[in-house]
Amino acid sequence: MSTAPKAYFGRRYLLSASHRLNTDALTAEQNRAAYGKCNNPHGHGHNYVVEVLVGGPVNLETGMVLNLADLDAVVSAQVLERFDHANLNLAPEFARKVPTTENLCRTVFSLLKNALPAGELAHVRVEETENNFFECYGEG
Amino acid sequence: MIFLTRRATFSASHYYWNEAWPAEKNEQVFGRCANRNGHGHNYTLEVTVAGEPDPITGFVVDLKWLKAVIEREVLAAWDHRHLNLETPEFAAGKSLPTTENIAIAAWNRLQPAISAAGGAQLSRVRIYETPEIFAEYRGGA
Repeated sequence: MSTAPKAYFGRRYLLSASHRLNTDALTAEQNRAAYGKCNNPHGHGHNYVVEVLVGGPVNLETGMVLNLADLDAVVSAQVLERFDHANLNLAPEFARKVPTTENLCRTVFSLLKNALPAGELAHVRVEETENNFFECYGEG
Repeated sequence: MIFLTRRATFSASHYYWNEAWPAEKNEQVFGRCANRNGHGHNYTLEVTVAGEPDPITGFVVDLKWLKAVIEREVLAAWDHRHLNLETPEFAAGKSLPTTENIAIAAWNRLQPAISAAGGAQLSRVRIYETPEIFAEYRGGA
């Protein structure tokens, strides 16, 4: 008989990592053409912002969709410990995927989707720089 | 359909405390937010309305009007106030002034005035408690 309204809770996390955009499916020349300076051989890094939005009923006792500390613990274990201050190209998740921010966004969505303590993952946004960002609303 | 968003900021204090719980549980669940002396934030409120641009003015809504509605309905009640002690929706025993409930309460304050104007409809309210923490409400259950 809960009449708790549905709301969304969002949280932004900082993640610093390096990557190089390069795929074995293309020749060296084609990689340079496709990825430009992102293909430079030694990689480069970004301060990514990972925004996580969780939807669900507002718990009538706590006034929360989910507890921020619980969300922090999950994002830390699933995402930050895996990728923060790491080289994305060396992470097992990107062994067969180019670590574009599109793919990072989708990977983060998959890592969090079934790990949330409450609510449902509504979207993941990854900001690569102040001027570009990527959003994922599902795994499809 | 065009979505138009207006931002406003206000500063307020609050604490989290469920009167039905013993002190120990409040402190365990809410941590530092349960400090009964309260603490404050600079909140940013984003109000998004949706509608078709007027064929003559090209406006979905007049932003000056929307600004005045936000100031009258929300800021006049909440800015530089203690949400638990000075606002009816977050009085003791009512809802806790969490970011989620503030988003819902802002919607409830804004929706009648926007709806009564007969033009664009309120689509979304988003409230930032800090640049890293926000909640949003899109109406409904």
